[in-house]
Amino acid sequence: MIAVDENGFYGKFGGAYIPEMLYPNIEELRENYLEITTSADFQEEFRSLLKDYVGRPTPLFFAGRLSEKYGAKIYLKREDLCHTGAHKVNNTVGQIILAKKLGKKRIIAETGAGQHGVATATVCALMGMDCTVYMGEVDMARQKPNVERMRILGAKVVPATSGSKTLKDATNEAMRQWINNPVDTHYIIGSVVGPHPYPEMVARFQSVISEEMKLQLLEKEGRENPDLVIACVGGGSNAAGAFYHYYNQPEVRLIAVEAAGLGISSGKSAATTLLGKPGILHGSRTLLMQTEDGQVVEPHSISAGLDYPGIGPVHAHLFDSGRGEFVAVEDEAAMQAGIMLSRLEGIIPAIESAHAFSALDQIKFNKEDVIVINLSGRGDKDLETYIKWGNY
Amino acid sequence: MNRIDKLFKDKKKDILSIYFTAGFPELEDTLPIMRALEKAGADIIELGVPYSDPIADGPTIQDSNTLALQNGMSLNKLFEQLAKMREDISLPVIAMGYLNPVVQYGIEKFCKKCQEVGVDGLIIPDLPMKQYISEYKDVFDAYGLRNTFLISPQTSEDRIREIDKHSDGFIYMVSSASITGAKSGISQEQITYFERIQKMGLSNPRLIGFGISDNETFSTAAKYAHGAIIGSAFINLLKKAKKEGELSGVITSYIKKVKGE
Repeated sequence: MIAVDENGFYGKFGGAYIPEMLYPNIEELRENYLEITTSADFQEEFRSLLKDYVGRPTPLFFAGRLSEKYGAKIYLKREDLCHTGAHKVNNTVGQIILAKKLGKKRIIAETGAGQHGVATATVCALMGMDCTVYMGEVDMARQKPNVERMRILGAKVVPATSGSKTLKDATNEAMRQWINNPVDTHYIIGSVVGPHPYPEMVARFQSVISEEMKLQLLEKEGRENPDLVIACVGGGSNAAGAFYHYYNQPEVRLIAVEAAGLGISSGKSAATTLLGKPGILHGSRTLLMQTEDGQVVEPHSISAGLDYPGIGPVHAHLFDSGRGEFVAVEDEAAMQAGIMLSRLEGIIPAIESAHAFSALDQIKFNKEDVIVINLSGRGDKDLETYIKWGNY
Repeated sequence: MNRIDKLFKDKKKDILSIYFTAGFPELEDTLPIMRALEKAGADIIELGVPYSDPIADGPTIQDSNTLALQNGMSLNKLFEQLAKMREDISLPVIAMGYLNPVVQYGIEKFCKKCQEVGVDGLIIPDLPMKQYISEYKDVFDAYGLRNTFLISPQTSEDRIREIDKHSDGFIYMVSSASITGAKSGISQEQITYFERIQKMGLSNPRLIGFGISDNETFSTAAKYAHGAIIGSAFINLLKKAKKEGELSGVITSYIKKVKGE
């Protein structure tokens, strides 16, 4: 359980820095989300969809050959086996049920690589709700298959044409559209970012990941707690879910893996905790990559899902408080780790998740340690990037 | 006396506030545009501090922000430009900008600089009331800066009363559920909202903004408040004026047209 205070702060980070035009929307959500999402009615529908539609629980797989290579007991939490190919759908299922209970008729969402957009379009189709996804013009061009997946699912995909035309601009655009449609529309944010209560709410929906991990580890290892949990972090929703139930157990090391892009000092990186300073983006106070003048810097990562200049406030706090260990992995190392996992275990990971595997080369652990790596998504969507990289 | 306070004391209606982005269309246009606005008969200058991610603004103001940043505008540069502003500009000047650049510059340093150059008030749309009261109000007050909050058609009556209590200067009424520059014309629904707020008997004066672009929308809005604010339409005018190469004349004739003179 990761505690947030009544104003939505994790330590120094979080809050709701929003224009007054968004205040009623956010307030409606804040006042209702806990009561609705903890009700028996909601939980029944949520659990049933996670089981029969998403395909949960996802397996906890003992990766024998990988364990042998690194000299530890390494398990993979198979979020890549979720419907739509990544953990993102855990959150969209939760939020769409919430939106329905709030009486909303329309859904809007932002997306970077398109995974959250696809997960949103999917649940909108399932629930028969109108869906518009904002996506940076640049991302639309480089993630064409996901654009078409969303369209096949019946969603409207609108290009964000301002600023750098990527994820942060898509998020700006979705917020603007929420200002323009405050009454009938719910905004499904895809990560543990944005104004309170979003980070906390999304973390709760994703917490099913570590909830299952505990039960599965108990069965396989006779104990609920691993020694390490490793997850990649862009905004940080899969990491928030994988860390959630271990946060207050200091004996469990929480390893957050950021994208170093072409290198920390290359100017082409997305390693927010290393390069960022406290600042305000998308409604929350967090660590943020920015110029000295406080203008937001465009990040770079080979993985579109980690290509975000901020980080969820919960992770900023994890970093600031020293509870988490942060590692940065460069593009090249992540790609190599992706190939390594493909060859050792027969699993092609999403490039986001590949970063988490590369962290094994950077951190120290003991031979008897039980390590869980959150395999947040599958690599199908990244085939083109793998092919372009070509080094396999 | 703070120039904003003085203006609202002396003038009770048809107050015209003009927004433009500092450093747009060109870096050194800031002061010439301010001078032209004063000469043309505007009542308040709302000076936009450009930001990379202006989430309450539509495409017109977004683009002007992007361009101003490309031109090299920054808070340092802006304060440099404004250093001698009060030699020939007597209108109230309000700095409108998003919170992050201000936080990075340093709140206290920012407020002190504002006071030094003669800025009278601030509009920071993503500074929530709660944070303002607990962390910012004392500093703003110490440097004589008025703070303006926004309200929208969705803002509850209780919240408006609360905002009125903590406002000094004026209240910025967002005319519809929208970002800047999104809608044109004023609907009956909006007028119902204007009337509803008018009847609340708030202690602060009100200016209506968003969707105000010409004499018709200005005079309609001004009927229900102390005046109105023009932003996107003025930015569009600046873009056009720059092509014609004659800023001051274009601004003067536009302001006169808006005021129906």
